Amino acid sequence: MLKNDEIKSVLLAGVGGQGILKASDIMCAVMMEAGFDVKKSEVHGMAQRGGCVTSHVRYGSKVYSPLEKAGSIQTLVSFEKMESLRYLHYLGKDSSIIVNNEKINPPAVNIGTMPYPSDIIKYLKKKFKLVMEVDASDLAKKAGSVKTSNIVLLGALSKLMNIDRRIWVKIIEKSFPEKLVKMNIDAFQMGIDA
Amino acid sequence: MKVLMSGNEAIARGVYEAGVRFAAAYPGTPSTEILEEFSKYEGVYAEWSPNEKVAVEVAIGAALAGEKALAVMKHVGVNVAADPIFTVSYTGTNSALVIVSADDPSLHSSQNEQDNRNYAKFAKIPMLEPADAQEAKEFAKLAFALSKKFDTPVFLRSTTRVSHSKSIVKLGKPVAYQDKTAITFNPEKYVMVPALARLRRVEVEKRLEKIKQYAETFRENKMEINDRRVGIITAGMPYNYAKEVFPDFSYLKLGMVYPLPEKLIKTFAKKVKKIYVVEELDPYLEEQIKAMGIDVIGKEIFPYTNEFDPGIIESAIKKHLKGGKFPAQKIPSRPPNLCPGCPHRGLFYVLGKQKVFITGDIGCYTLSYMKPLQGLHSCICMGASVGMAHGMSKALKEKGKGKVVGVIGDSTFVHSGITPLLNMAYNKSDALIIICDNSTTAMTGMQEHPATGFTLQGERTKQLDLKVLVSSLGIDNIRVIDPYNLGETKEAIKEELAKDGPSVIISQRGCVLFKRKDYATENPLKIDAEKCTGCKVCLGLGCPAISWQKIKPKEGSKQQGISVIDEGLCTGCGLCAQVCKFGAIS
Repeated sequence: MLKNDEIKSVLLAGVGGQGILKASDIMCAVMMEAGFDVKKSEVHGMAQRGGCVTSHVRYGSKVYSPLEKAGSIQTLVSFEKMESLRYLHYLGKDSSIIVNNEKINPPAVNIGTMPYPSDIIKYLKKKFKLVMEVDASDLAKKAGSVKTSNIVLLGALSKLMNIDRRIWVKIIEKSFPEKLVKMNIDAFQMGIDA
Repeated sequence: MKVLMSGNEAIARGVYEAGVRFAAAYPGTPSTEILEEFSKYEGVYAEWSPNEKVAVEVAIGAALAGEKALAVMKHVGVNVAADPIFTVSYTGTNSALVIVSADDPSLHSSQNEQDNRNYAKFAKIPMLEPADAQEAKEFAKLAFALSKKFDTPVFLRSTTRVSHSKSIVKLGKPVAYQDKTAITFNPEKYVMVPALARLRRVEVEKRLEKIKQYAETFRENKMEINDRRVGIITAGMPYNYAKEVFPDFSYLKLGMVYPLPEKLIKTFAKKVKKIYVVEELDPYLEEQIKAMGIDVIGKEIFPYTNEFDPGIIESAIKKHLKGGKFPAQKIPSRPPNLCPGCPHRGLFYVLGKQKVFITGDIGCYTLSYMKPLQGLHSCICMGASVGMAHGMSKALKEKGKGKVVGVIGDSTFVHSGITPLLNMAYNKSDALIIICDNSTTAMTGMQEHPATGFTLQGERTKQLDLKVLVSSLGIDNIRVIDPYNLGETKEAIKEELAKDGPSVIISQRGCVLFKRKDYATENPLKIDAEKCTGCKVCLGLGCPAISWQKIKPKEGSKQQGISVIDEGLCTGCGLCAQVCKFGAIS
């Protein structure tokens, strides 16, 4: 568990439509349930139209800022492969990275004026000790819908967080309509097993 | 009970807890969710007004009738509403009136970064500024109490980071609603002709003096004395950033940013050795505190532009950069784009190919300025496209004939395009105006407006007929087109540009994301790899569903690649099939 006054910061990043805000809402509810103070911050509004989406989630005994400063994020969860590179300045040398293998082409790549960056995982692994590569979209399809890839990634993240799995399950159950609960619990477990 | 809430949800909750049941707004990021959330509470009246000026006037009317009233807008909306705001400051409000201004430091989704704290000082209206969701809820309640106590409108200022961050909020028990509405007459107070306004002007200064006294002991102007070597004067979200990195400094956190508590600030200044004023955007507090004769450090070390974060404050004060170890990598940017199937795409594809100047406006279609569409050439504010097209066409005279087009969305047209269009008919304009009618306020997330036929609270209502309206303004050349039909769109634009006098084209098709749209999404299209010549014409549509894939050139062929459609994204709008000269897309 956390030491006194210690605050942990997780950065969720990806592309509009990937369920990032839902995932960070679930994370916050989990932290609240586990007894932490929690704040999260995101920018949306134009995200629906394919832009970058980020969400900072911070928890501890008392959290002031909903935004973490550069260099101090402990864990980056990148919902899209290339997006992981966009936020490296937020990380420190001991930070961990969870990265979804899914590629979503930005416009410049779509129209062929810029290449999609190559060797992303190799680069990350060279610079950081813990890089967890997750085929979240494939696992999500196995769980029942590609839309659950955000929950797969939360499963992977939960392994780094030392919070009782039962709390995660309880919050996931509360976060979806009944008919979607089992699928999302399955997705969460696949993330843990990944 | 404790719940996680965004600042916007918390403002709505606070307003409701204060016993308020009346609100009006025009949607605008980052303010939109406040009214959407408020409208869901039991027994409230909440409306989308056509624009912010109307919203404020509606709220003033309600307050004069004895109802506590709320008006909500984004920062630039206050510009639109400034006229009534400056004078309701003179008349006072009878019941309570609170105006929320949601500012957008960093211009996350705005055309400018104005600091609306200046409005408080300018209009002589007190302003409260919460720092997180819990405060947002409490300050909303305090704002109504303050308004009632001093018979003044009150500003509640939020920023994107307060509005759109979430934190834990302790819910309170809502005050029971009391109907205190009645018709009362008091022309000396509410008829602002010069003779009477001069008298009220004096009252405004007296009121300000009283509020200044009140501010000295206002419980949300808080002093925290810790390390006396350094004191920080701040307000709103920057307080949290500063506390994060400098928990041991002394603080004066101002919950009320206008008027300022001069005695309290002087007391604080005596208790600490060195003072930093930590504020985003303008040196608003700094200038007023310096004018009190207090030596503070402010904008000589802190940036004027963009929102802060803990790191910016830390590095400014420590005078060295303590950024991350790893520089961000140079990778392709991901600008927001028109969605696959967006009805604006066809229109702006055609417009981008005309050799005309296109004055643009505020909405999703503004995104078409980018490559490859490049379909508009200016964007100033809501409604500006119409007035600017007219001005440009008048100035250019013969040179501008058939060369100036103004584009404006349906919600934006209703917001502030009607008056300038009337002006075009009145002053014999020659420009063409295109109303990009997608039947909703799309950019802010599908809000209703007078031309949708529904109210904010979901009731059916009289639906504005845009064609009839345009005609009644005096425009004779009007036609309605479907932007999914490129041939028809091109022909209509060419013909209308060739005509004398003003023309209006209504480019009509519901937003592809709109639940109530009156057409079904088609099956995704496919590109026949054999027929595709790799000419890249379809890529000129800038559709996120179409991408370019390199191939190994076949023998005797120079073809480097083909276009591919992502079936998961394609909505089957058919634009690419229309532009493909080789019949490769079906």
